[in-house]
Amino acid sequence: MNPGAAPPRGGRFEPRVAARRRAGVRFKWLCRFAVAFAVASLLVLLVHILATGLPTLSPDFLVTFPSRFPDRAGIRSAILGSLWLLTLVAAMSFPLGVGAAVYLEEYAPRNRLTNLLQTNIANLAGVPSIVYGLLGLAVFVRFLSLERSLLAGAATLSLLVLPLVIIAAREAIRAVPDSLREAAYALGATRWQAIRHHVLPAALPGILSGTILALSRAGGETAPLLIIGALTFIAFDPVSVMDPFTVLPIQIFNWTADPREEFHALAAGAIVVLLGVLLLMNAAAILIRNRYER
Amino acid sequence: MSSNTVLETVGLSVRYGETRVIDDVSLRIPENRVVAFIGPSGCGKSTLLRCFNRLNDFVPAARITGQVLFRGRDLYGAEVDPADVRRSIGMVFQKPNPFPKSIFENIAFGLRINGFQDDIGDRVEASLRAASLWDEVSHRLDADALGLSAGQQQRLCIARALAVEPEVLLMDEPASALDPIATGRIEDLIGDLRGDYTIVVVTHNMQQAARISDDTAFLYMGELLEYKETQRLFTNPEDERTEAYITGRLG
Repeated sequence: MNPGAAPPRGGRFEPRVAARRRAGVRFKWLCRFAVAFAVASLLVLLVHILATGLPTLSPDFLVTFPSRFPDRAGIRSAILGSLWLLTLVAAMSFPLGVGAAVYLEEYAPRNRLTNLLQTNIANLAGVPSIVYGLLGLAVFVRFLSLERSLLAGAATLSLLVLPLVIIAAREAIRAVPDSLREAAYALGATRWQAIRHHVLPAALPGILSGTILALSRAGGETAPLLIIGALTFIAFDPVSVMDPFTVLPIQIFNWTADPREEFHALAAGAIVVLLGVLLLMNAAAILIRNRYER
Repeated sequence: MSSNTVLETVGLSVRYGETRVIDDVSLRIPENRVVAFIGPSGCGKSTLLRCFNRLNDFVPAARITGQVLFRGRDLYGAEVDPADVRRSIGMVFQKPNPFPKSIFENIAFGLRINGFQDDIGDRVEASLRAASLWDEVSHRLDADALGLSAGQQQRLCIARALAVEPEVLLMDEPASALDPIATGRIEDLIGDLRGDYTIVVVTHNMQQAARISDDTAFLYMGELLEYKETQRLFTNPEDERTEAYITGRLG
């Protein structure tokens, strides 16, 4: 302490500890209510869906084609379509997304153009999915003449989730400590060797879980696929990427729009399946993250 | 300081944006000697060290003027590949940074990327022995390197650097993250390596500089104020700021 400077003394305080504590308690209850509200509405939804959907679930329901007769209708083509589509989306968006992220994080000069790119990629992640549907219709379906094929649908959805994959991959790559890169460089590694052997392996768990979350987003999308003309009634198995297709969300949409009550139950059944698939994918993402996290 | 010069800077300046971190430094580092860079925090000693293996290349804002010569050759010349330079001029960092892989793989990596043609297993053992780590890890080469103690990790990093046969070892405060016993082992190791390698050690610990180095350079606010044999610098500093620093009145 400075010699000669008197320590501050004699000020008046009004601690009002009880009032401050009450304010804290009020806030805690507010937060609790927010959580309870979210959980409760989710539960109501889930219970309703499960109550209507579970009775329709049977092995037959999973492996038969849709039909105009509710007791014979199944979701075979929707499940196969969703699987095809997600596989294709993964194959397109993973290499492109990770490549873009590696470029932006490891190679791109830190300048205004890079900043502009980064901001716009973040913005793209917020563009409504129906806009991607219109883009897909114009570019893939019409201009590239891919028609209403799986390929057109997968390309459209890849555009939709690409920003999500890029953002997740960039964050994972950025979280790799520089000390690791420097360790590799100091031994004479080239940039690519450092990326290939150290940066990517260290970032992989984050990249994978981000990609899986992006894929679950793609798996639940309806609007862009309706726009590009995915069919609502498919009674054969897709065998090539040029085949027309349907997916679970479209099948659900289609059945919900039907005036007959029986089809609503079928829709609920399909929702249960879709939810199951998405939950599994999310669980896989979490598992991958936990597994590799130190 | 009459022996061969390995590293030399001529009028070297480094700027980060507007700030000048190294200001017109010219010095020679002779072959097979241990040179310590001392000076208060922020004096530029780490930046200077990183000019010698071009690690500053990765700092986009860094602007380097002047020359750095490695055996008379301009390190920043157009025909020089920085990756090639870094194999000859190894580096050990302040915080031990082993790869999150096995002990064996930590050393094998540098060998593989540099196209090592002989037996990797033999070289791993030789490197670990040279870093006096072999006896502690020989039975668990497959174990995760991050499971080693901090001091062992740092010796692994030294072994890793030695494996690719560098001429020069740059050490950036190699013991500052370690406890006194581990520090002692690193200092002993530097003593063992003395004479076989040209070693440049940045340290903020003056006793350490006095114990391990042949020559000492005192840097202050980016300038090289004094550079001579360690014993003479500590017993008979010419610059009053050097004296103030080594007696603890500045820093």
